[in-house]
Amino acid sequence: MAFQVLLNFFLAFLWMFLTGSFSISSFIIGYLLGLLVIYVLRRFFQTRIYILRVWAILKLTLLFTYELIKANIEVLAIVLRPKMDLKPGIFKYDTKLEHGWEVTLLSLLITLTPGTLVVDVSDDNGTLYIHALNAADIKSNISSIREGFEKAIMEVSR
Amino acid sequence: MIDISEYFVVAFILIGAFFGVVTAIGLIRLPDLYTRTHAASKSATLGVMSVLIGALLFFFTEEGMFNSRIVLGIFFVLITAPVGGHLIARAAYNTGVKLAPESIQDDLAKKEQFEAKKKKNSSRD
Repeated sequence: MAFQVLLNFFLAFLWMFLTGSFSISSFIIGYLLGLLVIYVLRRFFQTRIYILRVWAILKLTLLFTYELIKANIEVLAIVLRPKMDLKPGIFKYDTKLEHGWEVTLLSLLITLTPGTLVVDVSDDNGTLYIHALNAADIKSNISSIREGFEKAIMEVSR
Repeated sequence: MIDISEYFVVAFILIGAFFGVVTAIGLIRLPDLYTRTHAASKSATLGVMSVLIGALLFFFTEEGMFNSRIVLGIFFVLITAPVGGHLIARAAYNTGVKLAPESIQDDLAKKEQFEAKKKKNSSRD
């Protein structure tokens, strides 16, 4: 991915030197033309074209913002309810992610989502121990939310 | 135009302050350390972020000054607050702080078993 971005910058500078005008607008035109060239030559790269990954990162950011706001409204409802009937608990979750940065990102997202907090990560990065505010009824749909997160992260790293 | 932006500034700052109050109430009312960490790491993050966004909008619309340090501040708070919550919870668990009495399950207590089982399975393969 880094190689493709670097190549795109190189093509943009090449376009600036070809036209002889050194301005932001000619850089942008060169960048877009370079993107087109990379798209045409995409079968010669090892990885997929990088713009898809940028798009996946954008989608992850949007999902993250939405979940952050939802989490806060949920905490608000729990804290301000006159009679709290919490059923907290720690459950374990096996993740399929492999790289260290992916697990870090997943635990960051889990910590900021409704009613979950990562307490511990196993030594081989394979298992997360998650403290849930409502371990009884939320566990099933929390796992579906996290499937969403995990899938979104895999989409980025694929 | 300025009037509309003023409403946004006021809304952001009030929401941020409100979430700060909710965090404080949560810290008092919730039963144990882990549930308190929930309130502290989530509501405080969004509260501080909203106040910072309000300040950014205020200085941008009133003074015409775009303060990029506020944007960096939002980013840093967003990254570091959940890590702080995680580390506090982990340190508490490892030093033996008990969960609230109404807790219904605790898989972390069985961590050793899970690890041992996993090791056995992987050595069998």
